[in-house]
Amino acid sequence: MKKVLAMILALSLVLSLAACSGGSGDSTSGGDAQQSGDSSASGGDAQQSGDSSASGGDAQQGGDSSAPSGDTVRIGVFEPSTGDSGPGGKQEMLGMQYANKETPTVEIGGKTYNVELVYADNGSTSDKAPTAAAELVSKGVSLVLGSYGSGVSMAGGPVFNDAGLCAIGVTCTNPGVTAGNDYYFRICFLDNFQAQVLVNFAQDKFSAKKAYLLGELGNEYDQGLITFFEQTFTSAGGEVVKDSFPSNTSDFTTFLNKAVSVGADVIFCPVSIAYATQIIKQAASMNLEIPLLGSDTLDSNKVLEAAQGSGVQLYVSTFYQEGGSAAFDDGIKAWLNEDSTAMTNNGGNDTIAAVTAMGYDAYYVALEVLKSAGSLDLAAIKAALPGVTYTGVSGAIGFDATGDAVRDTAYIKTSDNANGVWTLETVQTAS
Amino acid sequence: MQYAISILLSGVSLGGQYALIAIGYTMVYGILRLINFAHGDVFMVAGLMMVYLSAALPLAAALPLVLLLTVLLGFLIERAAYKPLRTAPRMSVMISAIGVSYLLQNLATYATGGLPQMYPEIPGLSATVTIAGVSIKWATIVTPFLVVILVVALTQLIHHTKTGMAMRAVAKDFETAQLMGIRLNAVISVTFVIGSFLAGVGSCLYFTNYQSVVPLSGALPGLRAFVAAVFGGIGSIPGAVVGAFIIGLSESIIKGSDWSVFSDAFTFALLIVILVVKPTGLFGEKVTDKV
Repeated sequence: MKKVLAMILALSLVLSLAACSGGSGDSTSGGDAQQSGDSSASGGDAQQSGDSSASGGDAQQGGDSSAPSGDTVRIGVFEPSTGDSGPGGKQEMLGMQYANKETPTVEIGGKTYNVELVYADNGSTSDKAPTAAAELVSKGVSLVLGSYGSGVSMAGGPVFNDAGLCAIGVTCTNPGVTAGNDYYFRICFLDNFQAQVLVNFAQDKFSAKKAYLLGELGNEYDQGLITFFEQTFTSAGGEVVKDSFPSNTSDFTTFLNKAVSVGADVIFCPVSIAYATQIIKQAASMNLEIPLLGSDTLDSNKVLEAAQGSGVQLYVSTFYQEGGSAAFDDGIKAWLNEDSTAMTNNGGNDTIAAVTAMGYDAYYVALEVLKSAGSLDLAAIKAALPGVTYTGVSGAIGFDATGDAVRDTAYIKTSDNANGVWTLETVQTAS
Repeated sequence: MQYAISILLSGVSLGGQYALIAIGYTMVYGILRLINFAHGDVFMVAGLMMVYLSAALPLAAALPLVLLLTVLLGFLIERAAYKPLRTAPRMSVMISAIGVSYLLQNLATYATGGLPQMYPEIPGLSATVTIAGVSIKWATIVTPFLVVILVVALTQLIHHTKTGMAMRAVAKDFETAQLMGIRLNAVISVTFVIGSFLAGVGSCLYFTNYQSVVPLSGALPGLRAFVAAVFGGIGSIPGAVVGAFIIGLSESIIKGSDWSVFSDAFTFALLIVILVVKPTGLFGEKVTDKV
């Protein structure tokens, strides 16, 4: 009896492993292999890298590649697929995967290469991030994209710096990501800019005098934005009340009630998606009348779903508003609708998150960099990167001296709770 | 005033939900001397099952089915992960429990893709009501009463039925009870069934209030409930309930104060203080531990 049960248990473990390595045969579900827990993910990974290093031909499963040569250039995807930021990381990866599907080859120095995305899950935590970064370095990638979440990007940054490998941040908005790191670049705006935009918006739209700020304890992204918001808001004559909650908190009613009792005009909560959904649901059930302001993380269809049918006023600042590029919108929606794994990773519907658009742009920026470098030499890539410009679906992208993108506008969206869609509130500039 | 009431209400409701989980911890500990670390995850899985089943079935069918499946899950975990280790050192069983906990969390991550899942609205429980200007859900009001009813029923079961007598006997002395002809495995299964049932009920109330379910949803409530069980005196059911309400209320009050950052730190500091000052907890049995 004991043996039978032990067998069943062992079998169920093996099955869960098998299920995930089965998924990695499909090129679009590379993220899958990562998401089913650490232990099984490493198994899947080893499998993948084993295949591709053995011979180029093996890596192109299904033989659908159009390029005659077996030359492959690897782009590292440094994103979380597990943990708090997992949902956002997956949405960002969707943009890259779609772009990779659309343009699977690149011409470098007169030779056509296949582009292979190599995934490393940084687990949304700063302690796993350096390991994931080192994994990408050891797999010999030419360039790294990511990560969603500034904390992990800052934790992984030194590893890329030491390896001389260039990384392009997609939506990591904390200034600390690129500051002091010559090899980290980014294509998105910064938190101080984003905070400034939201402060301007709060003062223009709501004539806000008092703001309640709520963020996760020890999360660089949340705390960074809150600090910038506080600085800008108080220097403009406003007053703030700040609170932080520990990780895995699910009861936010006390915090929201506190915001009511201190008489806040706006609540600013730049938290990750899982917390944002809780906060919105609880705000809805207590009939909160104070508008909620969120940062780019809240621009997710899960957040939209939580707000649907409620009376919550939700405003988020973001990188891209659906409708910005019709060709991109239609293309990615068609892809999401035919690929069920991608659909699941997008949260079960085809609303396009801004991070997906940014992931898409990041991939093309990476291709531009490789083209202008003209070789796979890391030093050549480093030399070429700062000079690259590209006009993507989210606007024109260029880099300044610290490696940050030159951006001057952000979109502010509000949730249309009756129809469950985002509508563009305003295009706000920092000044 | 309105603010104070809102804090109190959310504390009582949290306490009630912790109590339902804490009872599961304390019962299993009382009988097996095992801290069932997977208990919080059973609670989370119950929440996820409700999300998926309510999408496919009418709520009236989904709710009993979820409770049934949760009970089945608790039963299977005991049979597969703990029973084969009955004669092994206690530490091995505990490690097995931690393993089950991680397995459940990772399977949930695989199933949901790590995305928060929205718990369905339960008619009656999800409706909001306004008390002294504070609008809250019915679930918040129902929870403490339901906890009291369930605890009374449970103490009746333990003190006035044959199964209850067997449970008390096993809790007192494992081997002697077996020699007296008590079917040990049946008693332990019943314990897990009751514990999982309460976790299932707890998950309905908890997720009606806090609607998004993520794979780690069970981890922190589970830990807090464990602290509550220790605080009340692990092994004692009334102790677990009192402990849970104290933990819930203090968590809520601290969150409402200027030291909101320390709400978790306080819970775990309390655990340390209790273990140092009064290891048997508020209502713990004063027997010498054999561990």
